Amino acid sequence: MAKVIGAVVIDTEACKGCDICVHACPTDVLKLNDQVNGKGYNPAYPANHAACTGCKICALVCPDMCITVYQYKPDKVA
Amino acid sequence: MTTSVITPEEIIKKGTVVFKKTELMTNNTLSYCPGCGHGVAHRLVMEVIEEMGIGEETIGVAPVGCSVLAYDFMNVDMQQAAHGRAPAVATGIKRVYPEKYVFTYQGDGDLAAIGTSETIHACNRGENIVIIFINNGIYGMTGGQMAPTTLAGMKSSTSPYGRSIPTMGYPIKMTELVAHLPGVAYATRQAVHEAKYVRKAKKAIQKAFENQRDLKGTSIVEIVSNCNSGWKMTPVDANKWLEENMLPYFPLGDIKK
Ligand SMILES: Cc1ncc(C[n+]2csc(CCOP(=O)(O)OP(=O)(O)O)c2C)c(N)n1
Ligand code: SF4
Ligand code: SF4
Ligand code: SF4
Repeated sequence: MAKVIGAVVIDTEACKGCDICVHACPTDVLKLNDQVNGKGYNPAYPANHAACTGCKICALVCPDMCITVYQYKPDKVA
Repeated sequence: MTTSVITPEEIIKKGTVVFKKTELMTNNTLSYCPGCGHGVAHRLVMEVIEEMGIGEETIGVAPVGCSVLAYDFMNVDMQQAAHGRAPAVATGIKRVYPEKYVFTYQGDGDLAAIGTSETIHACNRGENIVIIFINNGIYGMTGGQMAPTTLAGMKSSTSPYGRSIPTMGYPIKMTELVAHLPGVAYATRQAVHEAKYVRKAKKAIQKAFENQRDLKGTSIVEIVSNCNSGWKMTPVDANKWLEENMLPYFPLGDIKK
């Protein structure tokens, strides 16, 4: 059976560093960056991207709609 | 075939988008504090309207409160109402344009304090509108004053020792209250601080708009939300506090359907 794998793209400038997605991700993909963005917030980034399943949980709880989620089923396309 | 070598960049290139921001939200930066539930609630209303294909036929009414600028964020026709008057304004709009979908978006100070009368009478008339009611237990915009929904013992800038029931009364359950009125077709309480609640809240909002399409009367969707600034907590702590303190008093689920 194909293992679904995922990836996220985070709009770093829109992110307010609220930390909600970081705590919500079931596979601990996300972290807040030590570097601040243009607004002075520490934006979320996929620190452990390989663990992403594309479950969308982070995007569902992000109040600022910063996260786009992708999914890919490897052997469906192969 | 090995699956472990694929990089996130390749997944993004070859994969399918399973979540992206709805086009019915504008690209304006939300004026809300980091982690505020208003953003998720806005998005759900707009996602439902987009998926129902009624963006061109919908008119929203924004309140006074933190979401006073909802018209800058929601990419549908909007009108901003005087404090608490959104259900009266929505009544007028719906009567002039009965074929349009009309909704209000209101906080608990707006809907359950200054606008109590407008809320109750619009519901009692069974106005065929959707009311989205954001209950964060406080006046967010003006600096965290006590709202009618503030929990017993909860501190706010006007109840610095905590809400005292003998002098300040009980937190009001507006959705239960209006559910008694025959004009109300659907009354439900939802939340948006975790993904499992977000999914249910979206279904409830969709049902409310379908009720309007089917001429059923008033639908009210309460969303128990956070105000981390007013509660003086981090967003993550506020959501935990909400779960442990707000939900026991304001239980989630359908009150009337
Ligand atoms: C007639 C009138 N009275 C008082 C105010 C001050 N005021 C502005 S917002 C607000 C309360 C908002 O609280 P809520 O509806 O709970 O929304 P939130 O900001 O928490 O989202 C008050 C009392 C006003 N703008 N107009
Ligand atoms: S999509 Fe799921 S697994 Fe991937 S970062 Fe978001 S919450 Fe984590
Ligand atoms: S939930 Fe959204 S705004 Fe908050 S840290 Fe994550 S990406 Fe940034
Ligand atoms: S004051 Fe409270 S309700 Fe207003 S934007 Fe900030 S967190 Fe949200």
